[in-house]
Amino acid sequence: MSDTPSSPRPKLPKPQLPGVLKGLGVTLRTAKETMFPDGLLRPPAPSRGAATVQYPHEKEEPAPRARGVITLVEDNCTACMLCARECPDWCIYIEAHKTLAPPRREGGKPRQVNALDRFDIDYSLCMYCGICVEVCPFEALFWSPEYEYSEPRIADLLHDKERLGEWFETVPDFEALEAGSEVKVKKVPR
Amino acid sequence: MSAAVLGIELAYWQSTLIRVVAGLVAVLLLTGGVVYLYLFKFVSFMQSRLGPMEAGPYGSLQLLAEVGKWLQKEDIHTEDSDRLVFGLAPAVVLSSTFLMFVVIPAGPDLVIANLGTGVYYVLAVSALSVLGILMAGWASANKYALMGALRAGGQLIAYELPMVLAVLGVVIMAGSLNLQDIVAAQAGGEIFGFSGIGNPYVLTQFVAFAVFMIAVQAELTQTPFDMPIAESELVAGYQVEYSGIRFLVYFISEFATAVAFAAVASTLFLGGWALPTSWGLSAGVMNVVGPLVVATKAVLLVGVVFWVRFSFPRFREDQLQKLAWKVLIPIALANILVTAVFKVAF
Repeated sequence: MSDTPSSPRPKLPKPQLPGVLKGLGVTLRTAKETMFPDGLLRPPAPSRGAATVQYPHEKEEPAPRARGVITLVEDNCTACMLCARECPDWCIYIEAHKTLAPPRREGGKPRQVNALDRFDIDYSLCMYCGICVEVCPFEALFWSPEYEYSEPRIADLLHDKERLGEWFETVPDFEALEAGSEVKVKKVPR
Repeated sequence: MSAAVLGIELAYWQSTLIRVVAGLVAVLLLTGGVVYLYLFKFVSFMQSRLGPMEAGPYGSLQLLAEVGKWLQKEDIHTEDSDRLVFGLAPAVVLSSTFLMFVVIPAGPDLVIANLGTGVYYVLAVSALSVLGILMAGWASANKYALMGALRAGGQLIAYELPMVLAVLGVVIMAGSLNLQDIVAAQAGGEIFGFSGIGNPYVLTQFVAFAVFMIAVQAELTQTPFDMPIAESELVAGYQVEYSGIRFLVYFISEFATAVAFAAVASTLFLGGWALPTSWGLSAGVMNVVGPLVVATKAVLLVGVVFWVRFSFPRFREDQLQKLAWKVLIPIALANILVTAVFKVAF
């Protein structure tokens, strides 16, 4: 023992309720607060005391930046294939053909563009990582917080470009970022 | 039972039929009520959620929906399983459960069989379920099932002992192995000269009561002691290969056993069907009130079991055995000694 006789004795911890009883207390208190949110003397109201929501009857508002579904702005897409190649699940299918678009200015040359024939996202494969949205250089892909698009048949989870475009109106406007960072901010094209 | 209640003479087969049907209905109603009240609702509230709400008002018909679902499932078994033993195992477990209810008194005349050695019978019959569990584990031809069954075997046998020893304290106090006599001894007893509420043994045998309830928790393989069906390591233990109606049998027997042990505990420790004081009620009235009293006590005790079940994490296997052999059994033995000394001294 290195302690000198003069060193103060370590303080004994205060006697505590055994953890076993404490645990029982926690669960009982939670049950009480769920069953009687207004106090024990008021009538029980578990539907208000519960932290959960009875889903099909009442719905929670998803967070504005929630990753619900990916939407496509078809006019912005150049069929560059970056999203399809970065997708870890290979769930994006793109087919396109070259075509001539009318010139931007009077008397100019017609522009050569890629017109989309097919842009499908297979939501039965998608893992909602958001890499495609991140990687798109042309502001064609956006997250929307909508989440209610489950299907009885798994094949119906393959959304084509019209279906993907319909989600666009649910995309919320992004909040403004701090000054100086606007250059890099992706904007919702409206 | 029935003849004495109705005051009519019944043939043996008639009274037996009435006893069996009444017993089955009471057991299944109580079990269903306990499942709804605790497994569906109380536990949900402890986890700050509502539990089933769709089937019937406040989800009260959820259990029927679940039973319907299990009944339509395919009857499957593994290729190597011993089909006869595999099919027999749930029946053994269930019959062990139902046989426990035979001696539990619900009124002065309301007992299916008033055995002189009721306590002994209840504990012996409840130990039969080990047999069914070992049969299930072996016949499933599945290593998880076998390991779960062996764990269950070790655990149930280990916790039989403190349970029996704890009950011995009550038996010494009452001076009888008959459950009706134990109820009467509690109703007519006195605590050091005070006889206002009789002598419910939970007050004088509180150590035995605590040991008994811990052992019951382990006998039911409810959560702090659910090593045999530990889902994170054994998938579902001995129930792994069971589905459909056979799983339903395990499910019923799990909760019916909880009710049975709670009824035994309320008979041994809480005064059984008797009210705290007699209120001057005749035996005929008590035959009506008694079942309600004992059922209320049993349901409250099942609530304690479920409360503990959903509050604690699981014991490790060695901790579990240590608790039985090194803590509970010495405590129960000391309790017997002290009880015997007090019995002789006072």
